Amino acid sequence: MTELPPLEKLFEIHFQAIPERLSLIRVLVKEVAEGFGCDKELSDKLVIAVNEACMNVIQHAYKFDSSGKIVFKIHKQDQTSTLFFELVDNAEPIDLDSVKPRDLDDIRPGGLGTHFIHEIMDGYDMGHLDNGKGNYLKMEKTVVR
Amino acid sequence: MKINIQQDDNYTTIGLDGDVDLSSSSDARKNIIEVLKENKNILIDLSLVSYIDSSGVASLVEGYQIAKKQSLKFGLFGVSDAAMSVLKLARLDQVFPIYNSKDEYEKEDV
Repeated sequence: MTELPPLEKLFEIHFQAIPERLSLIRVLVKEVAEGFGCDKELSDKLVIAVNEACMNVIQHAYKFDSSGKIVFKIHKQDQTSTLFFELVDNAEPIDLDSVKPRDLDDIRPGGLGTHFIHEIMDGYDMGHLDNGKGNYLKMEKTVVR
Repeated sequence: MKINIQQDDNYTTIGLDGDVDLSSSSDARKNIIEVLKENKNILIDLSLVSYIDSSGVASLVEGYQIAKKQSLKFGLFGVSDAAMSVLKLARLDQVFPIYNSKDEYEKEDV
């Protein structure tokens, strides 16, 4: 079996889990996506997905506790033309069953973030950190360049 | 985000300008709800929206539902490309009344 080459880290940022940091994250994701060869439409969509993922951490994991921190990393794999996004927090473990895309026919405010991630990314995986405190979310997108 | 409010004879226009995200959507929500509490029809101008996230979209959905309940007219106008792509992802472009011009909004009944 051919082993895939390791991922190459494009950047890592540690930031305070507050809504005011989201604009910075959006700029960073857009820069990376465009640099990787994504067209404008896909870059904008990746920005939406990552923004929603960060929002979920701020709102639901940290419950707006501004002392919370988020570690955000982007890796790439040129051979498969894939971008990997990873978010890690140190909040209390979330109820993973509650994080599901919802039925869009049910018109109501809220609950759209996970749907956006589900629609935009090729795959995502979330779970609790091994030390029992914190959560991770990994998302990936293969790009046709 | 900036909010511009304009009163017309039969309705109030709320213009959202800039990024409508988690740091600003509560202001948008507050203004939309205030207009509807005064029992006024509402038109939301999204032409200057550079980004809108699910919290901003939730403010629009809430306004739409309150307006519907109170038999008030609710509409979106001049939806920017950035806002439209998010509305499409949420499939709300098929739910919200979207107008190309103020004239079109004014002419349509509730």
